[in-house]
Amino acid sequence: MRFSDLEVKANEIRAEVIKMLVEAGTGHPAGALGSADFWTLLYLGGLIKINPQDPWNEDRDRVVLSAGHYCPVLYAVLAEAGFFPKEELSSLRKIDSRLQGHPVARMLPGIENSSGTLGQGISVAVGMALAARMDKKKHRVICFMGDGEQNEGQVWEAYMSVAKYKLSNLTIVIDRNNIQIDGHTEDVMPLEPLEEKLKAFGFAVIEVDGHNMEEIEKAMNRAKVTFEKPTAIVLHTIPGKNVDFMENDYAWHGRAPGMGETVQALMELHKLRTLDGKIIND
Amino acid sequence: MINHEMNLVEDWNNLEKRPMRDGYGEAMVEMARKNTKVVVLIADLLESLKLDEFKKEFPERLIEVGIQEQNMMGLAAGMALSGKIPFVNSFACFSPGRNWEQLRISVCLTKNNVKVIGGHAGFGNGTDGANQQSFEDMAITRVLPNMIVLAPADYEQIKKAVWRVMALDGPVYMRMTKPAREGMTTRTTPFEIGKAQVFREGKDISVFACGSMVYEAMLAAKELAGTVEVEVINVHTIKPLDTEAVVKSARKTGKVVTAEEHSIIGGLGSAVAEVLGENYPVPMRRVGMRDTFGESGEPEELMKKYGLTKNEIIKEIKILVNKNE
Repeated sequence: MRFSDLEVKANEIRAEVIKMLVEAGTGHPAGALGSADFWTLLYLGGLIKINPQDPWNEDRDRVVLSAGHYCPVLYAVLAEAGFFPKEELSSLRKIDSRLQGHPVARMLPGIENSSGTLGQGISVAVGMALAARMDKKKHRVICFMGDGEQNEGQVWEAYMSVAKYKLSNLTIVIDRNNIQIDGHTEDVMPLEPLEEKLKAFGFAVIEVDGHNMEEIEKAMNRAKVTFEKPTAIVLHTIPGKNVDFMENDYAWHGRAPGMGETVQALMELHKLRTLDGKIIND
Repeated sequence: MINHEMNLVEDWNNLEKRPMRDGYGEAMVEMARKNTKVVVLIADLLESLKLDEFKKEFPERLIEVGIQEQNMMGLAAGMALSGKIPFVNSFACFSPGRNWEQLRISVCLTKNNVKVIGGHAGFGNGTDGANQQSFEDMAITRVLPNMIVLAPADYEQIKKAVWRVMALDGPVYMRMTKPAREGMTTRTTPFEIGKAQVFREGKDISVFACGSMVYEAMLAAKELAGTVEVEVINVHTIKPLDTEAVVKSARKTGKVVTAEEHSIIGGLGSAVAEVLGENYPVPMRRVGMRDTFGESGEPEELMKKYGLTKNEIIKEIKILVNKNE
């Protein structure tokens, strides 16, 4: 798929996320919408070695979602990629569902780790990268984190161990959307200068516009050929992206839309499923 | 009467004292030679856990994380998800003390194959004071679903336990106390996770003990022999508790004492009380730390001061026996 097609796809994924959340009645829209471009590109743009028909193949790339509350967007792209039937998406957060409110390792094809209590996924990802190194495996480990998650001490413990073992087979991706539950990250617990901190902890840092797929792809490819050190990609994103009333409002971190809001959001996303003003998918 | 089926040592007057951790360190090396999946994670306490030999022989399979218990547990979870059999090592007060939440989510939630070894449990770090001692570790691990909790009694038993822990697919917590203590079991003493062992048969009262307190219970039984016939049961597996053995012995004697180098809340005493309460209620007393922290001192002095000796077991036995008369 070309980037323009993938961008359209990303808005379909966003719409899917909105539908899942309204159906569930609870959940976290802001981060999921903000990072939809990244997730769509990652799974549908061929950036990783995966096979939905053989989801646990031992040579697969590992995608570790450390910020578990982003899971609606991960579930949506996994379903789109064919890991499980799309009909299952509406079971999010419901009883007897494989789509838990926060992901549980291997409960669903494609879910590598359990997360939701923040800071744990990065350590799991480091363990996977270490094991791959021991076994001389060539697969890569990609760990996705929130920026608020960087508050957790465990994250910085993990970074120290990444540097110690020079795990260039690990790429971390931080969604820098500047919000967390209680407000803006720089008010709640300042992270800046984040880039300098990550560099000081031994990462090659690439800052990208998280809504520019070309930039994201370039950064991910750069990480693959950087062997001297692990790479940290800081995705600058707009929380709630492409749903006007959600954008940049931290109140939408952990609140599902109501019926009226859902209609409005879907209309906005529908409008965006166009190329050069021409509706391509009605 | 000593239970001869257990193949315990013959000469109880000359028991060899050995630290559990020596058995652990030796077994880890032997095991790693046989199974390449075994890896060790350590948080800056290599020698304390007797893993220096392991490091010498398998440097590439030893992950030293420094003073990072939380990260260590997560790393182990990731390695287990990649097919390794990771052993996570530290003092019990730090692991599972400090990384309990990582144990809960990254390990137990999906029965991830991580083995947690808590060294210097109880009064092991005597002179270091309360903050390095651990009387809560069995309580906080026992409450986690999918978890198996072990407190073996001596050097030989630890050696056997390590192999069984490795062979089992799922999370295990095993605690070890520090001081060199009397070895009661031999190479031919049976060991099976989840199977309590009657070390001494008696008809008047049952003492369920684990770890260092098994020997104290044996001493108490010996001292009372002739007046009270004490049954001593080594409950090396706290979870899953051998319900059948507990109820069987309680049925036989009608009186129960538990003994552990751990809080009386949440550990062996609680586990036995839960089982008896539901299945066969009998009068019961618990020996252990009585909802209190420790302090600095030599382990032996502290054991005396806080009532973790044969004398306390005898006292509790007498309370129950006299009540009955």
